[in-house]
Amino acid sequence: MDDLLAQVRASRPRAIARLITLVENSASAMETAVSTLYSFTGQAHVIGITGPPGSGKSTLVNELAKGFRRQGAPVGIIAVDPSSPFSGGALLGDRVRMRDLAGDSGIFIRSMASRGSLGGLAEATAAVVKILDAAGFPVILVETVGAGQAEVDIANAAHTTLVIEAPGMGDDIQTFKAGILEIADILVVNKADRPGADRTVKALEMMLHMGEGTVVRHHGRVLTAAGDQPATHGVWQVPVQATIATQGAGVPELIAAIQRHKAHLQATSDWLAREKERSWREMEHLLRANLLRRLQVTVAPEKREALVTAVAAREMDPYTAVAELLAQLSDTTGRAL
Amino acid sequence: MEEGQHTPRILIGKPGLDGHDRGAKVVARALRDAGMEVIYTGLRQTPEMIVEAALQEDVDAIGLSILSGAHLPLTERVMTLLRQNDMADVPVFLGGIIPGDDLPVLQEMGVAGVFGPGASTEEIVAFVRGAVQRG
Repeated sequence: MDDLLAQVRASRPRAIARLITLVENSASAMETAVSTLYSFTGQAHVIGITGPPGSGKSTLVNELAKGFRRQGAPVGIIAVDPSSPFSGGALLGDRVRMRDLAGDSGIFIRSMASRGSLGGLAEATAAVVKILDAAGFPVILVETVGAGQAEVDIANAAHTTLVIEAPGMGDDIQTFKAGILEIADILVVNKADRPGADRTVKALEMMLHMGEGTVVRHHGRVLTAAGDQPATHGVWQVPVQATIATQGAGVPELIAAIQRHKAHLQATSDWLAREKERSWREMEHLLRANLLRRLQVTVAPEKREALVTAVAAREMDPYTAVAELLAQLSDTTGRAL
Repeated sequence: MEEGQHTPRILIGKPGLDGHDRGAKVVARALRDAGMEVIYTGLRQTPEMIVEAALQEDVDAIGLSILSGAHLPLTERVMTLLRQNDMADVPVFLGGIIPGDDLPVLQEMGVAGVFGPGASTEEIVAFVRGAVQRG
């Protein structure tokens, strides 16, 4: 493992690929990889790309990667597709739209299956971002599964989140609904050559303008009211960018917007705030997983089975059962701590 | 996430210039339904593109669909590139229109299995399952 991690630091593609597989398949490999590489991470600008199936995410990722490559930066790409809830298998087809990127050693593409995660990413995606970060990719594009309204995990994994819509997303009430549109740092209306594109752009802009001056949310976090801050380094105004990804139209403007957002994060305290938010979510997640694992180790299976049976038979309510489990945990860990 | 479980990852690619990918899609779908993760690369791939994708995706096996008649040079190139990238241990299987006379040549190149138009998806799934048992 040490040798593999050293090769990852040297940006060897085979080692990166191998380590990603290990991290996808084993929690202990993930722990070793993340804890060893962690001090080398934090260099990359992580850009999330989300939106409904068929809105053109992969094609846009292809164009964005080409654009960043023209500026010289190596680009890491993680493309997540859903796993079957029935067979556990997956068809990972995002590379089909990324064929322009083949043969460029400055690009590393990895397809991931969501493996049961419901938030639009896979369990291991955050660890894979860190691997690519530590391997020296200054730009990392993370494409989520085709997302509808509620798959918003990407907002915590990325510094800059693009939400892609295609024309004909429904009437303007759809734009007011809570969820995926709220996490956008940049809204993209792709397939802008289709009828109705102007209306979609206008509906989204109207939705954004109506939010101004009241409560401003940034990645879901309530920020101070715009009036409290000098206008110069105030609140990020979410732009709406029209693109035609298949022709590359609007892509240079989109890349400029992404870079403006990065500059904004760095000029304000938002970059740090976002890193802290992400760190806490990650710690919270680990805490939950560890507690659960400790519970599984501490509580005898018969005891658990007895409680489950009692709850199923309505002899005990689930709150009381959990209180009993936690009591057992503190009995054993109280001494250990 | 349980320790030690490994979901097989299979690359299905179409090298060369023929534009018929129905067979490749049927196989990709069957492997998906058998619980494997299938990386589908799409049409008109060069051997270089296929091996690069296989390396980045760290796949356990590579399936090539070739109906153009160019299976010998294309497969040979893929096998050479795999060796150059230290990936000679990744099993390669072929599907498509492959004349019987070419089977010994392909075997000599290191191809692990060849499936013609009559092959059933069950047969292919069973073959891939057997081929990807990692040491």
